[in-house]
Amino acid sequence: MKPLALTHFTATSAIGRGLEATLTALRAERGALSPCAFETATLPTCIGAVADVDSVPVPRSLARYDSRNHRLTLLALETDGFAAAVRQAVLRYGAMRIGVLLGTSTSGMLETELAYRRRTADGALPSTFEYGATHNSYALADVVRRVLGLEGPATVISTACSSSAKVFGAAARMIEAGLIDAALVGGVDSLCLTTLYGFHALQLTSPQPCRPFDPARDGISIGEAAAFALLEPPGPDTPPATVMLTGVGESSDAYHMSSPHPDGLGAQAAMRRALAAAGLTPHQIEYINLHGTGTPSNDSAEARAVTAVFERPVPSSSTKGATGHTLGAAGALEAVICALALRSGLMPAGLNTRYADPSLGLEYLTANRHAPLTRVLSNSFGFGGSNCSLVLERCAGARP
Amino acid sequence: MSARGELSAAVRGIGLLGPGLVDWPSAAAVLEGKHPYQYAATTAPAPALLPPAERRRTGETVRLALAAGLQALAGTSTDPEGLATVFASSGGDGAICHEICSTLATDQRDISPTRFHNSVHNAASGYWSIAVHSMAPSTALCAYDGSFAAGLLEALTQTLASAAPVLLVAYETVYPEPLHAQRPLLDAFALALLLDPRPTAGACARLQAQLVQEAADTLDDPALERLRTGVPAARGLPLLRRIARGDRGRVVLDYLGPLRLAVTVTPCP
Repeated sequence: MKPLALTHFTATSAIGRGLEATLTALRAERGALSPCAFETATLPTCIGAVADVDSVPVPRSLARYDSRNHRLTLLALETDGFAAAVRQAVLRYGAMRIGVLLGTSTSGMLETELAYRRRTADGALPSTFEYGATHNSYALADVVRRVLGLEGPATVISTACSSSAKVFGAAARMIEAGLIDAALVGGVDSLCLTTLYGFHALQLTSPQPCRPFDPARDGISIGEAAAFALLEPPGPDTPPATVMLTGVGESSDAYHMSSPHPDGLGAQAAMRRALAAAGLTPHQIEYINLHGTGTPSNDSAEARAVTAVFERPVPSSSTKGATGHTLGAAGALEAVICALALRSGLMPAGLNTRYADPSLGLEYLTANRHAPLTRVLSNSFGFGGSNCSLVLERCAGARP
Repeated sequence: MSARGELSAAVRGIGLLGPGLVDWPSAAAVLEGKHPYQYAATTAPAPALLPPAERRRTGETVRLALAAGLQALAGTSTDPEGLATVFASSGGDGAICHEICSTLATDQRDISPTRFHNSVHNAASGYWSIAVHSMAPSTALCAYDGSFAAGLLEALTQTLASAAPVLLVAYETVYPEPLHAQRPLLDAFALALLLDPRPTAGACARLQAQLVQEAADTLDDPALERLRTGVPAARGLPLLRRIARGDRGRVVLDYLGPLRLAVTVTPCP
């Protein structure tokens, strides 16, 4: 594929609001998972909640859209000058030439959960409830278009935990087709009861902060995040050290709705396709941001897939020990973490993991490692066997 | 691609399931005006391709999407194992959403693990991959009332990028009350198109699509027009009417304000 520059990007998760706070937390190996105290949930699990989401102001013009997911969206857009950068891009390209391609798994479903508690005597939902502007998956792209005055093509991809990795591929295809000149991509997912109780029902939540790839790993910690990037074709004005998206690989497991193929066959296909799209061989990848959810079967399947594709140890880690599993936002959040890794030469530690399961054969980082980085890969896999891998490079095509 | 931002592909197969519409050949006669439209409740056949354990777990939404997709492939000698797929739906499975939210409103909150993993927007995509053993890329998207055009755009850009066929399935089922009052979809409906960027024998039409700012086409028959506006996936019916007529022409499909999707349809010899 033709490389695309991440000219601007931002991320807000439990470990911090914005790039500087995120990088500071990663440098300090500081995680943000704490015992679940979300809403009325009473579950023996830990979560990665973003601070002060409920106090984010919602403009009167967007009152219909008021929801935790959109407050988190508004908070993130106004971080790192991201909204201002998009508005500048509108001046360059025009509002109709910028696409909006975002990922979420549950969007504003929390609003529907709360509305069901407030049903009237005849079973109706309260009149203040706004399905289309809060719960519906597309509401995320709708609110972003409204806030930023964008009028180009838009879609929300909702493929569970690969959602906001896949949007990078969809955006690249739209740009390649000439439908748009640039794309706002990203993902937002916020805490809700469906995912907390749902993953608990599947016995996939850990009672303690998640420990991806630890021999005693016993489940995920659910988190929430919003992460965005502006993708533009590189031009003569693109600074030389700009982070580029150079490869996207997508695949399906065709195996089971909620369990990965034991050998990670679908994950292997996604990684191989991403490498092929980037024109790279496996030995050129210097760091892998693993999907690494912390469940016994997910991590072992991913480790088998990684060792099959790379055939030699590659420094790798899952940052979900720090942020929690941010589900539909994970792909975009971890793409931004990879961009920070490339810019700062930091391979972030996989937190909470005492030592990597020796049976998995990974070069898993339990402490930060510093080295100049030029090519990294990020994995995102979801329910339904939906897999997506991204390759990000700094100075695409340049030799280290 | 002939012009900037214009996408092109041949339609090799069509699947259609909706109220009074049981398959493409019979629906084509209705859309062409040869037979009157007669309402009858939509029925979704059980997906025989799925292993029994998986089949039991599927609800109406997945069954409908899979059935429409299989209709589009029937008689095209397309191997679904290597076929990329795009699933477009504005709402996913409303019945599951209702069950989960009802349970979460009780003190127990013991939601069913199967319902939870079936609640994902990409459930149809996941079950399709399992049913046809396809490890090809598959996506699931939503653009609310513009979901059909969004799905068509995603499928067309995929055919351009991969130079290979892509199956688009747009589908909706009706939300139960009390959600129905908030999102009153008319009936269950699914429309599938097998798109191929290569010149192929046996295609029924060639499509050239581009974004425009014009009013969307409507349907003359009031009952079909109610269906078009009443279900997001049925926003694709004007395209099917044009294909059914078998002559060259242009249709404008609903998308997102201020954009619409104009499609020029050329019959294949």
